[in-house]
Amino acid sequence: MLSNEKLNELKTFSQKVRKKIVQILGLAGSGHPGGSLSSADIIVALYSGIMKYDPLKPRMAERDRFVLSKGHACPALYVVLAFKGFFPVEDLDTLRKLGSHLQGHPDMKSTPGIDMSAGSLGQGLSAACGIALAGKIDDKEYFTYCIIGDGESQEGQVWEAAMFAAHNKLNNLIVFLDFNKLQIEGKVKDIIGPLNFQDKWQSFGWHVQVINGHSYEHIFQAVSAAKQEKEKPSIIISNTIKGKGVSFMEGNLSFHGATPTEEEIQKAIEEINGI
Amino acid sequence: MKENTVNKGTRDAYGEILVELGKDNKNIVVLDADLGSSTRAKKFGDSYPERFFNVGIAEQNMMGIAAGLACTGKTVFASTFAIFATGRPWEQIRNSICFSKLNVKIVATHGGITVGEDGGSHQSVEDISLMRSLPNMNIIIPCDYIETKKAIREIIKIKEPYYVRLGRAKYPIITSDDTPFEFGKGIVFKEGNDVSLISTGTMIDFSLKAAEELAKNNISAEVIHLHTIKPIDEQLILATSVKTGAIVTIEEHSIIGGLGSAVSESVCANHPVPVERIGIQDKFGRSGTPSELIKAYNLDVPDICAAARKVINKKGS
Ligand SMILES: Cc1ncc(C[n+]2csc(CCOP(=O)(O)OP(=O)(O)O)c2C)c(N)n1
Ligand SMILES: [Mg+2]
Repeated sequence: MLSNEKLNELKTFSQKVRKKIVQILGLAGSGHPGGSLSSADIIVALYSGIMKYDPLKPRMAERDRFVLSKGHACPALYVVLAFKGFFPVEDLDTLRKLGSHLQGHPDMKSTPGIDMSAGSLGQGLSAACGIALAGKIDDKEYFTYCIIGDGESQEGQVWEAAMFAAHNKLNNLIVFLDFNKLQIEGKVKDIIGPLNFQDKWQSFGWHVQVINGHSYEHIFQAVSAAKQEKEKPSIIISNTIKGKGVSFMEGNLSFHGATPTEEEIQKAIEEINGI
Repeated sequence: MKENTVNKGTRDAYGEILVELGKDNKNIVVLDADLGSSTRAKKFGDSYPERFFNVGIAEQNMMGIAAGLACTGKTVFASTFAIFATGRPWEQIRNSICFSKLNVKIVATHGGITVGEDGGSHQSVEDISLMRSLPNMNIIIPCDYIETKKAIREIIKIKEPYYVRLGRAKYPIITSDDTPFEFGKGIVFKEGNDVSLISTGTMIDFSLKAAEELAKNNISAEVIHLHTIKPIDEQLILATSVKTGAIVTIEEHSIIGGLGSAVSESVCANHPVPVERIGIQDKFGRSGTPSELIKAYNLDVPDICAAARKVINKKGS
């Protein structure tokens, strides 16, 4: 489906994005590398051919919308937005600093390209439902995309939103579950299991697909299948690896909310270059 | 009272005292919502895994479970960050815990703007207000590591709902083992005649420093720490208003509904004198380092001194 050329372009871009994520988190001295790297490929794909947007007109009415419900992964989104021209790449170095428009968690009032503020888990999918619903009310063509976390899915509000979306036939809503199997205190299945996300979403009346969330072919294909759906909202359960791309961060709980040292940044960059 | 430069986390005190109390008191059950390492509640879980539950990222459910456990006679602690402990599950706290006056101790960490870089979504500046408006809720905001331990020891004796607000940072130790701690009674750290500086929680350090600065200009400030926000120490507030006739309140919280409001309400009812409120001026927090934010939101020592001068000028006019 995707040409080799496009695949190569995406791969190169994702390397650039991953390096930048690691660098700016190092500079900031705090933030969340693990969940940023696990969502990175989905966000890269969304802004590299899937979503309709204009970086010079970030509030354009016909644009597709994106809600990063697991807001702590915003470094990945900030980096992609900067490279796509929403704001200067240099701004990324101010992440989490006093006066920066790049807040610790997404703030739609301050950052061009952010469609919804986030940071408190469990709330984003409801907002995405509202945005999608408005599209239906106004007969607009746009799609609303959303990423939720697997730990985040323990919030009851996620399931309230799930019922609402199915009931209101929000087939213009496409959600990715960043299924990286980890949250803060451990493995998701050890904290609140069983996981059976596929059964859950199916029984809530959603169109369900399961993919490798680091495969661009999978992501693009799943989105086009979701767009064909005539009634149901879509969830794309994306198997991912927390910390993906940096071996010592992969599957490592401590990099949920710990930032790399200068030495670790160097190591990470070399490794990403070699992917 | 002693001067000391040792800085220690109030949340560390919480984890340690839970472990200590849990040894003999098998009735204690501790809940957390995937932040147990940060709140230090996990310390209890490390020692008594059969009485510790990470309920997942589900704060509303946590408060409901706490209520149910308390119904059976358990002493329940429920912890997470202040914003998620009071905001998301406010109505569960109201209707499942406070309405029935159940024995649940909500001990929240990461109160205020000194949460720092995580930004406004994570900086709770409304929690005191939210909890204070609930009938049957008691509120304590300890000023340091030592007082936190005393507070937890104390509240376990009273089978009622409590909200205890702790911070993220390490703070100077202001009290000693001998400093009295009586629930509902404020502490006068320094006597003075010209103005009363009334603070809560870890702002005491700023308050004491402001008093020193003011003393250089021959202004004698009385420094009071109110660890109990509810019920508020009306007697002490009345006494200090009569004595100094001018009050500055200092808190790492919105000026709406927190310490400043509680003190103002008491002052208005009993002995009206001018009050200046230092706190977050009806705004949200944002990213920055804790000390940058203290300055940016005008909670610093010079801000307290300026407020003291201002309120003194209003006296008797
Ligand atoms: C309501 C709420 N509770 C708690 C937190 C603190 N928190 C931030 S990230 C996180 C874990 C999230 O796990 P998951 O959704 O799996 O995210 P990921 O693994 O993709 O980082 C928690 C508990 C929060 N941000 N919001
Ligand atoms: Mg996860």
